[in-house]
Order: sequence, then C-alpha cells, then structure tokens
Amino acid sequence: MEQQYIDLYKAHHATIKEHSAAVINESRDEAFALFEELGFPTTRLENYKYTDLRPAFEQDYGLNIRRLDFPVDPYQVFKCDVPGIDSFLYFVVNDGFYPEENERNKELPEGVIICSLKEASEKHPELVKKYYGRLSNTKKDGLVAFNGAFAQDGFFMYVPKNVELPRPVQLINIMRSDVDFMANSHNLIIIEENAKAQLLVCDHTQDDVHFFANRVTEVFVGEYATYDHYKLENTHNRMTNLATLLVEQQASSNIISNVITLHNGLTRNTIEVALNGKHCETEVCGMVIGDKNQTVDNFTSVLHNMPECHSDELFKYVLDDSSKGAFTGRLYVAKDAQKTLAYQTNRNILLNRTARMRTKPQLEIYADDVKCSHGATIGQLDDNALFYMRSRGIPFNEARLLLMNAFMADVIDYIRIDALRDRIKMLVEKRLRGELSKCEGCVICQ
Amino acid sequence: MSDAIIHEVTQNEYKYGFTTDIETDVIPVGLNEEVVRIISAKKNEPEWMLDFRLKAYRHWTTLTMPTWAHLTIPEFDYQSISYFAAPRKNAPKSLDEVDPELLKTFNRLGIPLEEQKALSGIAVDAVMDSVSVKTTFKETLAEMGIIFCSFSEAVEHHPDLVKKYMASVVPYTDNFFAALNSAVFSDGSFVYIPKGVRCPMELSTYFRINAINTGQFERTLIVADDDSYVSYLEGCTAPQRDENQLHAAIVEIIAMKNANVKYSTVQNWYPGDKDGKGGIYNFVTKRGICKGDNSHISWTQVETGSAITWKYPSCVLQGDNSSAEFYSVAVTNHHQQADTGTKMIHLGKNTRSHILSKGISAGVSQNSYRGLVRISAKAENARNFSQCDSLLLGDKCGAHTFPYMEVNNESAIVEHEATTSKISEDQLFYCNQRGIGTEDAVGLIVNGYAKEVVDQLPMEFAVEAQKLLQITLEGSVG
Repeated sequence: MEQQYIDLYKAHHATIKEHSAAVINESRDEAFALFEELGFPTTRLENYKYTDLRPAFEQDYGLNIRRLDFPVDPYQVFKCDVPGIDSFLYFVVNDGFYPEENERNKELPEGVIICSLKEASEKHPELVKKYYGRLSNTKKDGLVAFNGAFAQDGFFMYVPKNVELPRPVQLINIMRSDVDFMANSHNLIIIEENAKAQLLVCDHTQDDVHFFANRVTEVFVGEYATYDHYKLENTHNRMTNLATLLVEQQASSNIISNVITLHNGLTRNTIEVALNGKHCETEVCGMVIGDKNQTVDNFTSVLHNMPECHSDELFKYVLDDSSKGAFTGRLYVAKDAQKTLAYQTNRNILLNRTARMRTKPQLEIYADDVKCSHGATIGQLDDNALFYMRSRGIPFNEARLLLMNAFMADVIDYIRIDALRDRIKMLVEKRLRGELSKCEGCVICQ
Repeated sequence: MSDAIIHEVTQNEYKYGFTTDIETDVIPVGLNEEVVRIISAKKNEPEWMLDFRLKAYRHWTTLTMPTWAHLTIPEFDYQSISYFAAPRKNAPKSLDEVDPELLKTFNRLGIPLEEQKALSGIAVDAVMDSVSVKTTFKETLAEMGIIFCSFSEAVEHHPDLVKKYMASVVPYTDNFFAALNSAVFSDGSFVYIPKGVRCPMELSTYFRINAINTGQFERTLIVADDDSYVSYLEGCTAPQRDENQLHAAIVEIIAMKNANVKYSTVQNWYPGDKDGKGGIYNFVTKRGICKGDNSHISWTQVETGSAITWKYPSCVLQGDNSSAEFYSVAVTNHHQQADTGTKMIHLGKNTRSHILSKGISAGVSQNSYRGLVRISAKAENARNFSQCDSLLLGDKCGAHTFPYMEVNNESAIVEHEATTSKISEDQLFYCNQRGIGTEDAVGLIVNGYAKEVVDQLPMEFAVEAQKLLQITLEGSVG
C-alpha cells in the first residue's frame, strides 16, 4: 500500500519539488524517509487503535503534482453555508489556494497576510521559515510524514502584533475532481502577540467520487493573543478527511478549537494543543452527528507544559445507523505545571443497535497541585424526560428531538461567532430531524 | 508544614524486611524444556500436566514482553533466575512439624497460624516458597464437600476438576506472563465449592517469597458451583531483598449459576528501598468468569507493595443478569510503579459492573489506572459505572488514568468519572483549626479517601489493610 506512494515519490520527487512552496521542500526528504520507516498508521498503534484507516489508502487516487489549475470558479459554484456571516472569504480547491481576490478581502487590516503558502514563502521567506514545521517536523506520525512528503502548498495566514481582525476569516475547502482524488496540504497560521483572529474552515465535496484529504495545520498563537478555530465538515460518504491541527500557545493566550462533523465518510481529526506559557486558556470541543456508515475519530491531546493554565474539553456524539464514533482525549500535565485546571467531558448517545462508540479519555499527570477530571458516558436519551414530555402532550419524535437538541446545545454555545452559532443550531436541528440527508451549500446537493 | 510531614512519611522504610533461614531445594537457573520437565517430575505430575506445561513453554518462547503499560521495566533476563524452590521438609502433618523458623516468620508478620485458627476461624493454606506447607480446617470443609487444597494435591486427587477448569478462563496463550506461569507454575490453591453450599468461613492463603533469586509462580483456581458462596482472601508480605524478584501468578475464578465469589487481596510485596533498588516485579493475570446466570464476582484489592505492579483483575460477564465489582486502592511510594485496573467484558443480558479505583501516589512513584469496559453487541441493558480517583502526595510523582470504553449495543449505559487532585488545603486548615495536627489530618483525609474500598474487605483483612496503608504512608494514615 505504501509502496505505490514510495515509488511515486522516487520517480517524481523532482516534479513535486519544482511545483511546490520552497519551504516545504526543505524538510521533504526527511519527511519521506520517516514515512518510509513508519508507513501508514495501522490499528496496532495505540493512537489509531479504534479506526482502521488502511482501506482508505487502498483506493487509487489521482494526485495533481504538477499543480494544474482546475477549471472551476468557486464563487460561481459555491453558495455560502452560513448566510448572514460577514467574513473574509477564501477558497482552497483540492489542495490549491484559489488566487482570485474578491473586493471585500481588500479591507483586511494593514500588515495582515492571507495567501497561499507558496506565495508567502516567496514574498516573506523569513517569516515562513521561522515557523514552518516547528510543530509538524518533530511528529513521529505516518500521516504527518506523508503530508510532509507530498504536500506542495497550503493556506497561509499572518496577523501581526496588536491587530484585531474585524471579521472572521472563512476558508472553504472544496474537493472537486472527475476521478478519485487525493489532496495534501500544509497550512500555516501565525497570530502574533496581542492579536485576535477567528477562522472558520468548511470542508465540502463537489463530485461524487472518492476523495482523500490529508491536511496538516500549524497554528502559532502569541502572548495575549486570541484565536478561534472552527472546522465544519459537510462532505459526502466517499470522503476520507484526515486533519491534523497542531497548536502552540504562548503565555496568556486564549484559543478555541471546535470541530463539528455533520456529514462525512471517514474522518480523523487529530488535535494537539501545547500550552507553552503561563495563564493560557484553551477550549477544545466538538460534536458529531453520525448515521449510515459515517466514521468519525477525534483524537485530542492537550499538553499542559506550563503552570497556571486552564483547559476545558467537551465532545458530544449522537450516533445512528451503522455509524462509528471514537474519541480519545489525552490530558497531559507536565511535572512543573502546578495550579493546572483541566477538565474533560465526553458524552455519547447511541440511537441504534448497530452504532458503535469507543472512548478513551486519559489523564497523565506529573504535578501535584492540580485539579483535573474527566468524565465519559455512553448511553441513551433519558426515559424519564421523554415520558415527562409525552405525558404533557409532546409527541414522541418531537420530545426526542428536543432532548437531542438540548444535548448538543452546550457544544454550540462554545461558538463565539453569532451568525455561525445560529446557523449551526439550525443545521443540527435539521440534521437531527433527518431533513438534511445531504449537505447544503454545494452544487451536487441541490 | 504538611510538606515536611509528607516528606517524612514518604521516607519510611519497609518494615517487614527480614529473611528466614530455611534450606530450600533450588534447581539450576535458567529456563528450557528440561527445566519444565524437572519441575513437573519433582511434583510427580501426570502426563497431561506435563504436556500442558510444555505447550505453554513452547508458546512462551514465541512471545516477547509486552511494552504497552505505563511502566519502565528494566531489562529482565529470564534465564538468570531459578524457576523452582521447595522447602526441604515437605508437608508436615501438624503444627509441631512445621519448621520453627517458618512459624517465627509468620509470628513476626503478625499472622500466627494458631491465632488465626483460634480467633478468626480462618483456614490457612500457607504457601512458603513453592510447596504448600500447612493446610488447616481441611476436615471441617471436607464434611461439606468443599475442596480447599494446594494445587498439586488437586492435580493428584481431583484431576477431573482441574482438567475441566484449569486454563478455561486464562488460557496459556493469553499473554506473555500467563504463558510463563503456565509453563513453570509452582503451586497455589485450589478451591471447589459444590452445588448449594455456602462456605462457612473465609478461605485464606498467605503467599510469601522466600528464596533468593527464585521467581514464584502461583496458580489459583476457584470454582463455585451452582448456588454456592465463597469468600477467598489472599495476602502477602515479602522479606527484603536486593535483587529483583519476579512474581507472575494466575488466578482463575469460575462462578456458575447463582454463585457468588468474593476475592479479596492485600498485596505488600517488598517494594524496593527508597532509592528504587530491589523490589518485586508483580506481573499477575487475574480473571474471573460469571459463567452462569445471576452469578456474581467481586474483586477487592489493596496494593501497597511491589516495585512494579502489572495487574488487571478482570471479569467476563457471560451469564445473563450476572454482575461484577472491582474495588481497588493502589498506593505507590518512592520509586514504585503501578499499572493496575480491570477489564469488564459484558456478554450476557442485563449484566452490571461497578469499578471503584483509588490511587495514591507519593515520592517519585508512578501510579496508573488502566481499565476496559466492553459491551458486546448481544449484551442488552448492560450497565457500568466506573470511578477512578487519584491523590497526589508530593510534586514528583505521577497519577494517570487510561480508561477504554467500547460499546457495541445501544441499550448500554456506561459511565466513567475520574478526578486527580492533591489533599485540599481547605480540608487541612479545617482540621488544624479544630485542633487536629497536620499529621493526623493527612491521616484522616487519606483514610477517608480509601475507606470506600477498605470497607469492602472482610473484617480481619480490613485491619491488615489499614496497617499496610499506615506502613506505606506512615504518619499520614490515622
């Protein structure tokens, strides 16, 4: 399985390098060597125990290593999924940043750079070099190594010191191809000291073929900075979406990461947040609504490396049909990270006999003056509550919906963009009603 | 102030460290097929037993030490230890014939056989090194049809029962240490409770490692037939040694229809000195199966000893409406490492399990809870509740929780809760303010923290458990 990619790399590495951002090339050979050593992750690895990704690799995907432009105008084909959101809008088609600018994006505050990683590494080589790979190059992970070997470009965002973005940035990942297609991209996000930014990433698919995306995102959040990272996935059941989000936080910074999976095929979100300064605040949350054969594996790791930080983690799943859910929450408190407050919650509802849930909340604590807890439950809707509502004339299905909506409500409350929160509330409700058997917003679903 | 006390407490040395001079019969070091044959021959075992051992040995040679536990296990050379040691004077007929040195050892441990016999009514099957030395109250039990004897005796006198149940819960292919034990197991206890019998007394065995460089490999098999009840106790303390000793036991419990088995253990093997030198490696496979409907198995453990503990008393809930409990207090100090927990495998309908684990770490020790709750697709209405709390005394120790939950049936309710914290300043202050010294206050709090589990132990054992907590964290336990 690995061999075809190893051969591909050996035969075409010159072409891959020629068409890619210079900064990725620097560590490309090491990444490839690591991939050769590790291969794709198997379920024998503790971190990949619950989701077998290998069938997804077996597909014969096309790669666009020459970076030919896809004849597509995303503004034409894509209708925003979040009406009423006022954002700086950018598109990534497969793994290429869509270069056309729209008018509103010219209103970006001075000094803010949003472009492709390739462009950034040509125009601002020092800045990119300072950050690129700092988190990903040390990862002993087959997927990250694979990404390092094959990624050619990605999204780049830089918010300089003391700058606050007036609107959220919205990044739409569109998968578009006539044949089975694989996209690898490496995104780099730098939020400097005391800056503030919000990013909404929406994953969409356009065509009814097998897609495979393996994206690595590195985020550096400076002192006193605030950063929100929302990832909304609304793709189809032939999509394999592997996303690795690596975040490094400096002192007194504040971040939210919220991953929402409504429709998908096979999704693996790896989220690792390193709290490398005092007084960091971190909220990592997510929700999954799964049915049919959807598979979602959220793997999170919150590393309290410094004292006096606070982290909260909340993940909720509603699983129906033959969907499979997996959650791993690793909470690590380093030896000197005293006065840490770290809480983790994972709640899951199984609606159907064939739905499966695996959960693995872990605490690894080496400091004594800490308050850490985790809780995980797997169960059903509360029969008493259902009975109460029915005895007051609310029909069974309506009562069930009310309960499920209430169940998801606290994850939605973590969203700090009003328009997005309202939209997600609506999407979740529709999703739970079953009205949304396909995703909204993209052409093939209309 | 509390730091000073915790420091003082955590510097306490192991008090039960002494060696008895009993001549032992040791076979050459190393492990090969020949050694397995010698062990079997020395114990006059039948052919089928030897075959079982050899099969296990051959399987073991294909395995490697598992590395998944949160433990740092030093390189261990399995060819450097001897696999069998028996006290020279075999099986004395009465107390008078028991080696006086051995009696003295038990006396120093505070568990004299006579006293046990007279006061608590416990039948004690004392295992010194590898061969069962003394079995008491056997006649009383025999009248009710209860078989309580050493494993070798059971092989000799009840081969059908042994053949039927041995390795039915922990097959020799189960894991590295189970395979090793199956190949070289020395002795252990065998309990059979016939249908409808309620065992009138607590059955108890004291294990004790007593020969230099000798691994001890007990094998315990408890079978509770329909509608029976038994409470089984196991406790151990070991003398001080400089070289690491290996302990790889297997305990198998089978509970048939409506049977109820309660297994309690207090483990206090020598944990090594305060620099982490020496100490026992405790790699144990314990598993019970609720085979019949409405059966019940309860594990209670107080783990205070061993340099390294690798132990997961588990339950397979096969019968409908069966239930299982796991109560554990694990204390680690100095350089001790513990990776302990349980597995609850729900197969039958309406099965219930409850896990309560309390970890206390001090010094530079590492204490992990690792547990699995699996609900199979056919286990309707299964219910599990797990709680694991960790208490940290000192800033150099670690407390970790690794629960796994795998649910394949939507009617299941599985809950898990864990907290980690140190002793709250508020509680200490409250006690101080009411005239309770910090030392006593720490004791009160730790005692209260572990109480839920200690309460599960039978009375006689609860006392010993309290004592052991005191020794391990002396001064902090009231």
